Amino acid sequence: MAGVAVSTTINGDSVEYLCQPDETLLEVLRDRLGLTGAKEGCGTGDCGACSVILDGRLVCSCLVLGAEAEGRQVETVEGMAHGEQLHPLQQKFLEHAALQCGICTPGFLIAAKDLLAKNPSPTEEEIRFGLAGNLCRCTGYDKIVRAVQDAANMMRGA
Amino acid sequence: MVEVTLWGSLGRAAGGTNKLDIEAKDIRELFRKLAEQHPGLQPWIDRGIAVSIDGTIYRDTWSKQLPQDAEIFLLPRLAGG
Amino acid sequence: MNFDPRYSTRNFTAVGTRPIRPDGIDKVTGRARYGADFNMAGQLVGRILRSPHAHAKIKKIDTSKAEKLPGVKAVITAADLPDHTNGDAAMYDILDNCMARKKALYDGHAVAAVAAIDARTARQALKLIEVDYEVLAHVTDVDEAMKHGAPLINDAVFTEGLEEKPVKPSNVTKRSQFGHGDVHAGFGHADFVVERSFRTEQTHQGYIEPHACVASANADGTADLWVCTQGHFVYRQHCAQLLGMDASKLRVTSSEIGGGFGGKTHVWAEPVALALSRKAGRPVKLVMTRDEVFRASGPTSATSIDVRIGARKDGTITAAEATLRYSCGPYAGSWAEVGAMTSFACYRLENVKTVGYEVLVNRPKTAAYRAPSAPMAAFAVESAIDELAKMVGMDPVDFRIKNAAQEGTRSSYGPVYGPIGIGPTLEAVKNHPHMKAPLGKNQGRGMACGFWFNFGGQTCTDLNIGMDGSVSLAVGTIDVGGSRASLSLIAAEELGIAYEHVKAVVADTSSLGYNDMTDGSRGTFSTSMATISAARNAIRTLRERAAQMWDISVDDVAWEHGHAVARGEKHGNLGKLSLKEIAAASGTTGGPIAGHSELVADGAGVSFATHICDIEVDPETGATRVLRYTVVQDAGKAVHPTYVEGQYQGGAAQGIGWALNEEYIYGKDGRLQNAGFLDYRIPVCSDLPMIDTQILEIPNPNHPYGVRGVGETSIVPPLAAIANALSNAAGVRMTHIPMSPPRVLAALEAAREG
Ligand code: FES
Ligand code: FES
Repeated sequence: MAGVAVSTTINGDSVEYLCQPDETLLEVLRDRLGLTGAKEGCGTGDCGACSVILDGRLVCSCLVLGAEAEGRQVETVEGMAHGEQLHPLQQKFLEHAALQCGICTPGFLIAAKDLLAKNPSPTEEEIRFGLAGNLCRCTGYDKIVRAVQDAANMMRGA
Repeated sequence: MVEVTLWGSLGRAAGGTNKLDIEAKDIRELFRKLAEQHPGLQPWIDRGIAVSIDGTIYRDTWSKQLPQDAEIFLLPRLAGG
Repeated sequence: MNFDPRYSTRNFTAVGTRPIRPDGIDKVTGRARYGADFNMAGQLVGRILRSPHAHAKIKKIDTSKAEKLPGVKAVITAADLPDHTNGDAAMYDILDNCMARKKALYDGHAVAAVAAIDARTARQALKLIEVDYEVLAHVTDVDEAMKHGAPLINDAVFTEGLEEKPVKPSNVTKRSQFGHGDVHAGFGHADFVVERSFRTEQTHQGYIEPHACVASANADGTADLWVCTQGHFVYRQHCAQLLGMDASKLRVTSSEIGGGFGGKTHVWAEPVALALSRKAGRPVKLVMTRDEVFRASGPTSATSIDVRIGARKDGTITAAEATLRYSCGPYAGSWAEVGAMTSFACYRLENVKTVGYEVLVNRPKTAAYRAPSAPMAAFAVESAIDELAKMVGMDPVDFRIKNAAQEGTRSSYGPVYGPIGIGPTLEAVKNHPHMKAPLGKNQGRGMACGFWFNFGGQTCTDLNIGMDGSVSLAVGTIDVGGSRASLSLIAAEELGIAYEHVKAVVADTSSLGYNDMTDGSRGTFSTSMATISAARNAIRTLRERAAQMWDISVDDVAWEHGHAVARGEKHGNLGKLSLKEIAAASGTTGGPIAGHSELVADGAGVSFATHICDIEVDPETGATRVLRYTVVQDAGKAVHPTYVEGQYQGGAAQGIGWALNEEYIYGKDGRLQNAGFLDYRIPVCSDLPMIDTQILEIPNPNHPYGVRGVGETSIVPPLAAIANALSNAAGVRMTHIPMSPPRVLAALEAAREG
């Protein structure tokens, strides 16, 4: 099959790649670009481990084609920190031990970032529903919700 | 001489006895004598038997001494999660 | 080396604090490498062809077309995995499970595999493999499989553990029995008797990371394996044995692990990846899809359990009896046996008898899942206990306190207990504010207890002190949820230095001696013991070096708060030498300073938990919502309390999912109907409330710091706690797990009509 040439922006950097027409954005990120922060938990849009932000919208990158990224803005977990400076969500996830195995963490961070961009002071219920597309099997979500609440406070203060 | 209780499926493997008196100073000697006296237990020993000495379970410390008046149970080895 | 593991009281400085974990930064920035995040030059993509039939004879496999497809570098079947198991029946089962040899035994059983230059070619190649099956009658239900005339899964199975060897084969591999006293007589003294039958459906561990590995076999007989596993040393042994190689020639490096819960204690695809790599002469990456994870890996037993318990008017239990049937998948297991051991472990019983039956069915090979076998038994027993308390007219907590096991009680599985924590967890629950909180309409509160054995096991740890005084700690137990932080705290505590100066890593199988896997809640218990031992060995060397530097006898040097201190009048003016100063001088005092430890950490001690939950049931839909949840459990000593809480919360959440939603659904054709997260629904964030925890610390006498395993017990009580809450909310006694909306609704309707 002939490849598709794609120019896109990932975490602020312009990136070009060739991919197959049936290749997902998740495969492109992980296998072609070496951005393995997004994880494949299911490949069917049910776990959120592959979450990225595409033109300001939270998507499962396993359900988006690599070719669809043409001319758009992609944000992944690798772009959340600025050098040494962690994003408040990253900092609060660490402080609250909101991760055990950590495989779900990149997806949660991206989903939470998207949530707080749209709703800077969510209630507990809004957080729970806002993150309901992301599965975590280790934590029971308690510490994740607290970390997001704390990060929201910090970001509003800043 | 210590009195050993065989538990779960182990009793049957030893020919239906549940209690045995064995002269053994540690777990290693106990297993050796058990296998001599009850060859049916050898495959179980190979697979792994847990030894409960006064309520504490030992799985691998074969050098563990067996106190004379201790209560000793042999249990099948378990899997964990 | 005489290491004394006994507990002694001490004032902790590092242990009990809550620092940030050492692997945390990598995990929040996406840099941590899990099973599927690793690649090798020239690697191929491996894929497995799986049986669509629940039970079928494999008559012939034709791989010739697949082999001719351009880009295909290797195709293998069972013929490429010759039997090296030498009569080891358990290993033979693992081999057969990795690649079916004569029969496909469940929907999803591997029958062939390919390695190709990319995923698309590999998928195409699978379609070109022709398998000639003779479909056989199948059975997937545990009770059906026990019936006379059920399709036989293995006609060489004659039930072990019966009085007389049976004359006919059956699907029951083993019967086991536990107990003491005379239950018949005991029931004769009972004023009240509860007798019920329960069922629980099969669940999956549900780790978010699918199994993944990269295997690279070399022409000289050596090989490397990168893999997500709970036990890389165990994987090395199993893979080496199945492939007929020396264990030392196979180096296994464990990746970060994206959840295991018992499901990654077992090899599935790794031997296949190695065999593919050996045949293709190139590295092979093999990652399971979610569909494969559900169909072919994991699950726990489905069960059918009968319970009978009797009590006197004053609330004393006089007799208790249970018969437990657990599915094992198509291979022999000891799942019911463990269920039979744990069923009544919380109680002080004069007369008790439990019988377990291991049952073969055409489902995937049962694997351990967090406190394996205990949650189902506890569901049945704790439900019946609650009902009995009601009959007697006692509060369910008081009824349990009256009958709880204590130090000196003969356990239902045989031994007499030492100091145990069931009583204290019950007392804590009795006094917990949660028990007094008001409830609304359609709401109910339930509680239940849980028990689990903890394991110790073989452990090897290296502690190396750098010239700058910082410490690297190499451990061989996989970190499934923060153990590197806990172990660094332990090393810091023992050496008397700051946590920040210790860095813990998980070493590969060529760099450290053998370690059992992280299972049975042993990770922190065992490796902390080995770490303390290694640190004490290092301290002895540090004292010797300080003695050299001062030119005095080592007997006059003590170790205090991270410093060598000279003891005795004549050394009064020597001051102190810090670990850092001694390390800096090490090049001229005898070279590197290290402490090693190889030990068997036994004496883990048993663990108990009691949970409280409030639920609300919707009478229209039968949907149940958990409103409030509290876990009370004994940790011995919580090394890093935040991660102990995390274990309690995670276990409870898994138990809640099991109780309310999760189940394997098989069609009449024996195929799994819901092999995906959409239809196999694990709890999401909006399904759960905050999960409160209360950590009790009753020191374990067999650990220097009093630590107990904490990882598993919390999955045991939720099934019954929720069933009991539902009974209090809606007056229906649910006996079938999961208590999904249709089942609850049916029960509500039956009650309304009844
Ligand atoms: S991998 Fe995309 S949602 Fe699960
Ligand atoms: S931390 Fe393991 S899945 Fe969320």
